[in-house]
Amino acid sequence: MRQGLGGAVAILVVLLGACSSAAPPAGGPVPVAGSVPAAAPVRAGRVVTLPASPLTPDQQILHALNRLGYGPRPGDLERVRRMGLAAYIEVQLDPSDLADPAVARALPAYPVLARSAAELVREYPVPSPQIRQQLASGQMTRQVVVQMYPPERRPAVITAQMQAARITRAVLSERQLEEVLVDFWFNHFNVYAQKGAVRWMLPAYEREAIRPHVLGRFRDLVLATARHPAMLFYLDNWLSTRADLVVPRGPNAGRRAGLNENYARELMELHTLGVDGGYSQHDVVEVARCFTGWSIDRPQQGGGFVFRSLAHDRGEKRVLGQVIPAGGGREDGERVIDILVRQPATEQFIATKLARRFVSDDPPPALVERATATFQRTDGSIRAVLMTIFTSPEFWSAEAYRAKIKTPLEVVASAVRTLDGRLAPGGPDRGGLGDGGTALAREVARLGEPLYEAQPPTGYPDRAESWVNTGALLGRMNFALGLAHNRLRGATVDLPRVVAGVDRGQPAQVLERLLVAVLHGEASPETRAVLSAQLESPEITRVTAYDRVAKDTDVEKLAALVLGSPEFQRR
Amino acid sequence: MTDCTRRSFVKGGALALVALGAAPRFLVRTALAQERAGRPKVLVAIFQRGAVDGLSMVVPHGDPDYYAARGSIAIARPANGAADTTVDLDGFFGLHPSLAALEPLWSDGRLAVVHACGSPDTTRSHFDAQDYMESGTPGVKSTPDGWLARGLAATPAPEPASPFRAVSLGAALPRILRGDVGAVAMSSVADFDVKEGAAAMAGAPGVRQGFESLYEKGVRDLLYGTGRETFEAVKMLKAAAPQRLAPANGAAYPRGRFGESLRQIAQLIRADVGLEVAFADVGGWDTHAGQGNERGQLAARLREFGGGLAALDRDLGPRMSDVVVLTMSEFGRTVRENGNRGTDHGHATAMLALGGAVKGGRVYGRWPGLRPHQLFEGRDLAVTTDFRALFTEVATRHLGAPAGPLFPGYQSAALPGLIA
Repeated sequence: MRQGLGGAVAILVVLLGACSSAAPPAGGPVPVAGSVPAAAPVRAGRVVTLPASPLTPDQQILHALNRLGYGPRPGDLERVRRMGLAAYIEVQLDPSDLADPAVARALPAYPVLARSAAELVREYPVPSPQIRQQLASGQMTRQVVVQMYPPERRPAVITAQMQAARITRAVLSERQLEEVLVDFWFNHFNVYAQKGAVRWMLPAYEREAIRPHVLGRFRDLVLATARHPAMLFYLDNWLSTRADLVVPRGPNAGRRAGLNENYARELMELHTLGVDGGYSQHDVVEVARCFTGWSIDRPQQGGGFVFRSLAHDRGEKRVLGQVIPAGGGREDGERVIDILVRQPATEQFIATKLARRFVSDDPPPALVERATATFQRTDGSIRAVLMTIFTSPEFWSAEAYRAKIKTPLEVVASAVRTLDGRLAPGGPDRGGLGDGGTALAREVARLGEPLYEAQPPTGYPDRAESWVNTGALLGRMNFALGLAHNRLRGATVDLPRVVAGVDRGQPAQVLERLLVAVLHGEASPETRAVLSAQLESPEITRVTAYDRVAKDTDVEKLAALVLGSPEFQRR
Repeated sequence: MTDCTRRSFVKGGALALVALGAAPRFLVRTALAQERAGRPKVLVAIFQRGAVDGLSMVVPHGDPDYYAARGSIAIARPANGAADTTVDLDGFFGLHPSLAALEPLWSDGRLAVVHACGSPDTTRSHFDAQDYMESGTPGVKSTPDGWLARGLAATPAPEPASPFRAVSLGAALPRILRGDVGAVAMSSVADFDVKEGAAAMAGAPGVRQGFESLYEKGVRDLLYGTGRETFEAVKMLKAAAPQRLAPANGAAYPRGRFGESLRQIAQLIRADVGLEVAFADVGGWDTHAGQGNERGQLAARLREFGGGLAALDRDLGPRMSDVVVLTMSEFGRTVRENGNRGTDHGHATAMLALGGAVKGGRVYGRWPGLRPHQLFEGRDLAVTTDFRALFTEVATRHLGAPAGPLFPGYQSAALPGLIA
């Protein structure tokens, strides 16, 4: 596995004039393996220089496909070989011109993605309390309620379509790094779909506050999430007012409102400075004061951001020692964000978290230091920090290779990708059921991390200890069995095609083909030995009682074992 | 051992397979060891994640400052059993009306409350405070393991140890059980197996054995270690088949994840799989806005919480003499209601202990008062019982764990004295 040591190469690709690649013409229901990359417009001027690596050239490509994306599909290795690894990384870091036809075809089946919160409130209304009462008291039969409230118009559809779309994109998208970063940043700025009105705001939140900025400037991400109704609702800031406000009108007229610290605290602890970032309870109160009045215009109707100057605390505030003078308005919150994103604690916190996601659970301090310096030098350019990480010797080191254990989302997406699985289309005509995305989203949930349903503001943990345990491991094996046997409705694999050309009466050859297809030959000697021994099992080889000669190999079982192996749990 | 005792043991239920010779050998040995040593003591630890408002859960209705600090969210004073008022316990404290299901346990002397309990650390971060309460080292983040795992690992196990000494219900293994005790995490008892599907051939070794072999070898690391524990546990659970045990004594668990977790913990206890520590968590306590009073958001969460505990107690029946249920939450909430009819992150809260070994019918801990000068940092209920004192008592006197490894650096103050 270390045979590339002598031949370590430094690749210098100046993209000006280099051959880049757009999406292959096919994807989605059409297998993409073997598709020919088309020429794509080339961007000038940027240089990706990859350092020497002890990994072989193919290992380096697999490493990139596993870290920048959700693992290789059939043909990806060859494709990156042709276009060059540096060019691949370059395109992933700047995917704006990268065509994504498979995703473009798949997403219309999930119409909530394009809707505003206001539209969703109208299309997927909350059942009125009267209806619930009438149902409970027997005045209305369940049948009538189902007619009035057909399943495809219920609010749960919004989350279900979002979940299906996310895993669909992870499987199909050419913009793999972008999808990985959407997962990363959504989790960083987590909102919980099941908290009150958040559900209706969820599609807009990901579309407007997360996706446009995943490779952009960190400050823009913080500002976009801070202003977004989903975050304002999830962390209660929309309710926070100056301490002495008496509500002037409406149902709460005459009541004293007041400060809510929830968002202020999580903004510092989770979004910017980190829990050890050197802020005090006093800072929490001061930041909360700055954000008073950042609210939502009628959240139950899906309204947008509104600044309520009456609710704003116009007094002087002091945040981390910096004075925000009295008399300010909405810009007080923006000034807080400007202060926070430029703190060394923030720079280090974000650099560490990115290095942990892309390199290892305990990233090398020297790399974190350089990534932090890049963050500071570029005023928080996420693309630049990633460039520092992807061009670091640490990223390409033997220690980092296959050192990360896949998250539930990663294991599901990578398994479907490696077998070139097909996702059946969903759509309103099918009531949103039976589609591959929904089937896979259910598997991700079973493995312990349902998409958009992390309740705490921390999101899901970013270290493997949290998701590797007995129950979750069994879940992974059962997922492997379900996928290989085509038991997941809507997400199917064509194993006969994977082993096409191999004599199924020769189990060893079938195994070899699967090891190449799924693990790219990166199986430990122990795993190889165990799997070979399995070939003796009558279950795998389907021997007949008469002649003890293998008639057929149970490819499904063998594939499940390979997908459930320790090696496939790593990336 | 006489034939008679063996027969009665086998008849006793879960380990019938031992007699049929179908059980793994370690299971037989565990069964015999248990017969010698008696049934193991069990601790069921329940974490209310999100910081429960202790002042609403166990209401200090005798403290006038409580009603002064809270307008819309105060729980009404007890009114002689009238619905939607505090259920009086001792003339000063009372249970939230949604916890009425626990009142009989209090009267029966099996439910105790420790009020104004919490951490010496002052953080108001959920994440940090939960971390400290689970690692057992407030203020120290580098602790690699959890206090329940440390305590159990240092407690003599029935020989040889069961793979189910420590079980967490849920997809992720919580911090509190990480460590050298080999705790098992399971989403559900029924799903804890390799699903071979209908195609599996009768009598064939099956794909499960293939997976088991894959994780048998290999260096000691997270994946392989977890894999080995997994298969040991799968085999034992198959033999004991706890999922066949329906709730006993008419116990009705609340719908939802929490009730399901408790129902399955009861199954594991009743199936005698060697369980000593069970863990479940329940969220939804972070009531910054619209907390509600006798009814509303928090009331609904408490109803599920109290209903679950009462059902577990009923289901286990006489087995509760071996069981202590301990509830915890990372901190309490502000004494004063905030501007959104909710409460923000505070300091001390209330914790419950329930079981045959509990000297119940009493609220433990000194009440610090709710006058402004009595509050922690002028806003929160002060801590008068360090959570480590409560946890030390339950772990040492109920489970028999040695105090040393539980809470490194903690000089144990006087224990509350609630375990008989």
